[in-house]
Amino acid sequence: MSEAIRFILNAEEVTLGDFGPTETLLDYLRLKRRLTGTKEGCAEGDCGACTVLVGRLTEHGLRYESVNACIRFLGSLHGTHVVTVEHLAGRDGALHPVQQAMVDCHGSQCGFCTPGFVMSLYGLWLSNDAPTRAEIESALQGNLCRCTGYEPIVKAAEQVAANRPSSLFDPLERDRIQIMAKLWSIQSENGTIVVTKDGARSIIPASVAAFAEVLAEEPKATIVAGATDVGLWVTKQMRQLDAVIFINHLTELQSVEVDENGITIGAGVSYSQALDKIADEIPAFGRLIDRIGGQQVRNMGTIGGNIANGSPIGDTPPPLIALGAELTLRTHSGRRTIPLEDFFLSYGKQDRLAGEFVEKVFVPRPRDNSHFAVYKISKRRDEDISALCGAFNLRLDDEGKVASIRIAFGGMAGTPKRASHVEQALLGQAWSWGVISAVRDAFDQDYQPLSDWRASAEYRSLTAKNLLTRFFLETAGQGHELRRFELEEA
Amino acid sequence: MDKSTFTTKPIINGPMHAPLRHDSAHKHVTGTADYIDDIPEPIGTLHMGLGLSDRAHAELVSIDLSAVETAPGVVCVLTGEDIPGFNDVASTGRHDEPLLATKDVQFHGQPIFAVVAETRDQARRAARLARIQYRDLPHWTDIDGARDNGAPLVVEPMVLKRGEPQTEIEKAPLRIQGSMSIGGQEHFYLEGQIALAIPGEDEDIIVWSSTQHPSEVQHMVAHVLGIANNAVEVRTRRMGGGFGGKETQGNHFAALAAVAAKKLKRAVKFRPDRDEDMTVTGKRHDFRVDYDVAFDEDGRIHAVDATYAARCGFSADLSGPVTDRALFHADSSYFYPHVHLTSQPLKTHTVSNTAFRGFGGPQGVLGAERMIEEIAYALGKDPLEIRKLNFYGQQGSDRTATPYHQEVEDNVIARIVEELESSCDYQARRQAIIDFNANSPVIRKGIALTPVKFGISFTMTAYNQAGALVHIYQDGSIHLNHGGTEMGQGLYTKVAQVVADTFQVDIDRVKITATTTGKVPNTSATAASSGSDLNGMAAYDAARQIKERLIDFACRQWEVDRSEVEFLPNRLRIGGEIVPFDTFVRAAYYGRVHLSAAGFYKTPKIHWDREAGRGRPFYYFSYGAACSEVSIDTLTGEYLVDRTDILHDVGRSLNPALDIGQIEGGFVQGMGWLTTEELWWDAKGRLRTHAPSTYKIPLASDRPKEFNVKLAEWSENAEPTIGRSKAVGEPPFVLAISVFEAISMAVASVADYTVCPRLDAPATPERVLMAVERLKQMG
Repeated sequence: MSEAIRFILNAEEVTLGDFGPTETLLDYLRLKRRLTGTKEGCAEGDCGACTVLVGRLTEHGLRYESVNACIRFLGSLHGTHVVTVEHLAGRDGALHPVQQAMVDCHGSQCGFCTPGFVMSLYGLWLSNDAPTRAEIESALQGNLCRCTGYEPIVKAAEQVAANRPSSLFDPLERDRIQIMAKLWSIQSENGTIVVTKDGARSIIPASVAAFAEVLAEEPKATIVAGATDVGLWVTKQMRQLDAVIFINHLTELQSVEVDENGITIGAGVSYSQALDKIADEIPAFGRLIDRIGGQQVRNMGTIGGNIANGSPIGDTPPPLIALGAELTLRTHSGRRTIPLEDFFLSYGKQDRLAGEFVEKVFVPRPRDNSHFAVYKISKRRDEDISALCGAFNLRLDDEGKVASIRIAFGGMAGTPKRASHVEQALLGQAWSWGVISAVRDAFDQDYQPLSDWRASAEYRSLTAKNLLTRFFLETAGQGHELRRFELEEA
Repeated sequence: MDKSTFTTKPIINGPMHAPLRHDSAHKHVTGTADYIDDIPEPIGTLHMGLGLSDRAHAELVSIDLSAVETAPGVVCVLTGEDIPGFNDVASTGRHDEPLLATKDVQFHGQPIFAVVAETRDQARRAARLARIQYRDLPHWTDIDGARDNGAPLVVEPMVLKRGEPQTEIEKAPLRIQGSMSIGGQEHFYLEGQIALAIPGEDEDIIVWSSTQHPSEVQHMVAHVLGIANNAVEVRTRRMGGGFGGKETQGNHFAALAAVAAKKLKRAVKFRPDRDEDMTVTGKRHDFRVDYDVAFDEDGRIHAVDATYAARCGFSADLSGPVTDRALFHADSSYFYPHVHLTSQPLKTHTVSNTAFRGFGGPQGVLGAERMIEEIAYALGKDPLEIRKLNFYGQQGSDRTATPYHQEVEDNVIARIVEELESSCDYQARRQAIIDFNANSPVIRKGIALTPVKFGISFTMTAYNQAGALVHIYQDGSIHLNHGGTEMGQGLYTKVAQVVADTFQVDIDRVKITATTTGKVPNTSATAASSGSDLNGMAAYDAARQIKERLIDFACRQWEVDRSEVEFLPNRLRIGGEIVPFDTFVRAAYYGRVHLSAAGFYKTPKIHWDREAGRGRPFYYFSYGAACSEVSIDTLTGEYLVDRTDILHDVGRSLNPALDIGQIEGGFVQGMGWLTTEELWWDAKGRLRTHAPSTYKIPLASDRPKEFNVKLAEWSENAEPTIGRSKAVGEPPFVLAISVFEAISMAVASVADYTVCPRLDAPATPERVLMAVERLKQMG
């Protein structure tokens, strides 16, 4: 068993053994390494000023993703390549094309958010030769700028897309082979790592089986996959965590399998990893995922974590429940599979036993003659938490009557919850304007939402009913959802 | 002299009016621009955390800090009793804002004590361990609550009156009374508040502060320490955004860090967490506008009577001048033949509201534009038609007097609006939208073209002064310092362009140095859009003085007439000889020429009598107009901005690239204010939108899908400002009202444009949907 993690920071190999389980990458960079180009703007993964790239080996090779250093714990960096803004410029000080485009387009004013934007744009530049405006905006969803109004930054992204000088110029292209070799070498040292500081432990299990064993021994340990929620327990609530099990590196939990029955998503699959396959199979669900967090959060956060933390405003449970998803929970000695909707017992309480962890979720493929839609309503279109999120899964019989319907909402109750009264009222009825109008008020029996800063109870109730109307109109072939970009543009 | 050693250029790099990039752009993109948190810390630097009230209004019964004091890493804990000078950071001199509360707390989140610890993390953790007993007192957090409770005013209200409004309102053919709520706004500068205090010998102290107003921080630090101003030096190289949020709000952090640093004789850094920053610093004022407008069948305004009530928070801070400026802009671009305007700066148990880009002006304009909407919907006309009918007239017409008795002398609003109306094809698009709406049951569109006329100058006349310091060293390199601060707006670049232009040298020769109270004293806040007007002129004055001495020297040394000395790019022509600038400067040094000068500028012509409500508070006006088109979803209230066109007047631009940046950025920030940015307090008086997770400023995907911004290239300031330019910081913010009114028109479509939607701000999806529902029931 090792007592240190190993990773690469820019051009340097690092072995790190003296850190606590809640120490963040941002503090390490700024306080310990004096790499001050990476800024702290919010310490909760919402502004992007701390954006860095983290490279890791995947089935598709070495892949770099933008992440928020402020909520990324050091324990999650084993076997990765961390790239900060200091690594971009050439050895002679010449600006990287991404940086040059930002200068040329007047993309910085106060400059504080700029290194984060540069890193997000760099992540996009590495992965996309010709991004559309939709893709640029998607890549920038996790970066706030208060000065420029964004127009010059988007122009910089467009300008630089085609500008690809010699690959020798780009540090990650130039060193790709060596970096991969180093990461392979780090990963080949099998064995669980435990780093202890002041009695608090970061546990990095070598395999899922090892994870199950550790969890059986320490059922109270905090499981951290993406840290997009747990990160805030630390930076905002200042919680002490004595034992943290990091699972983001466990590729066994990161498979997305598609077969004729549906999609099986491992608990460690990030939103970004899941996006393509989900979008292919269930386009409406894919569009929702593009509106969860910013790119950095989607690169870190997992669908498994979104389920496991039990939040009533998590965005994936409503569509998953409406689709009839099944959850598999695992311990060191076995597994059980339950309907996802049964997992959420009450506010803050889930059906997860001691020593159990979420292993995967199976999403049945919607049947051919069915209609599926999911609508997220938030104050701001992107990178916002839902005021409410509703999903509808309808199948009509040959006579145009409702053969089956599943409706699930988040933000309307203490847990993600089905609208069973509405469903009952619709079942067997003609799918018609008259029926829809008559059934709307049944939502009041299903949900008594709260008022808070995201929306009032009145708005939530009214909008839930109106979303049924929108769904009806859409099944009748009329698109009525505002979309910034049409699908073919995206 | 050997003329082959340099090449001649027809023009310098970086003259005035050139679209130069921001001087720090290269450093921004490489992460090498140092903000205060990036400066290497002196050995032994300590860190601070804040202990905050968790009551909105209460007497402090007991404060037990024993657990805080014994927490790991804690070096000391400061309460109000530990302030050596005055426990007060009220920028107004009213002594209504304690640095640390001692007897009572007046808002949820008010600082009660500060912790100094070895690390920031330790200070933050320790601050949570206090045990404080309170005796609750009645509290109110909003304008309704303040009115219901007969709340006091934080400053004397202002009244503007011209003509006979009461009689004329009664006499006019038509009259509408109404009310509008306008929300506040969090600055959300990306770099939070921060100060680094480094103690020196005797009473000396240096404070690096992220402030728009180094002189005020200097005075506050001296005030709380009980020492003279000359012992305190405040430095600011750059801020990561300010927007007014660092005009007075940096005082707290600088003062506390200074107290701790002097007490402990160690450097102390104070950087609050984002949530604390948003909790303990003031915001844009929320307003309630109660209006009574009288007009005729054509839509021409006869008289206006309006009250602008504001949520000021627990202390005055800048609420006086902010609510004043709301009244100064309650006319937008319109002539009110008879008018009566009153401000009502209400005390509330919330954080003390403060400066924010526009400084009350945008709220004033929004109230005026609501009245225009009322008239338009009542008469079944296009609001733009009503606007044009009511614009101020040209000089010589009898329609140039403002409610504050200043004549509008430089009016270009009609031309701006006409050009934009034509270039953005407003009329055809409006008709197309009306046609679209007639056939679209769920998605509705709206379009609006709104004007801006913004008064430029601090309304406090004394603030309209500035200083600068220019040195030329023996190698010909130039050192530039002035009282303005750099927060991203490009002020340093613009002022450097002025100096480069004056000496006709490339701008790389001009070193821009951090603002410091030690070089230029008694400065004003970099605020009120005045930065380049004031500091540009002051720097010009300094450079001009040196230039005069250089010309005198050239005349003496070369024995030529003044007319034979000419500053060419990077060189001089003296008689028949061409001399490189640096060669010439070295010669001047040996000729014992004083190569340093302090410059000064004060804005001419302005004066203001607040009691009488009369004067000329503004040197000139900046103008602009925007046309925005939106789509809304009448089932959910969601919306998108499809297109915005802007034509804006910056006079003869000092730097068109930077000015367009200010316009685009100001517009989007204004859009945030009027759409998604909502501040929400709970029943306990606690602000629950105190982080980017809960407070939503615009993202890249919120900006208009098509965004066309142009400067009015024909414009020149009628007044002799620096290069005949105009101020640009605040006016474009107001352009965002076009988005708000376009949403309003889309809502109005559900009642066939016959009912004014009376949309309140911000127009969140919720407010939009609720307005749609209201109109559906009326229409």
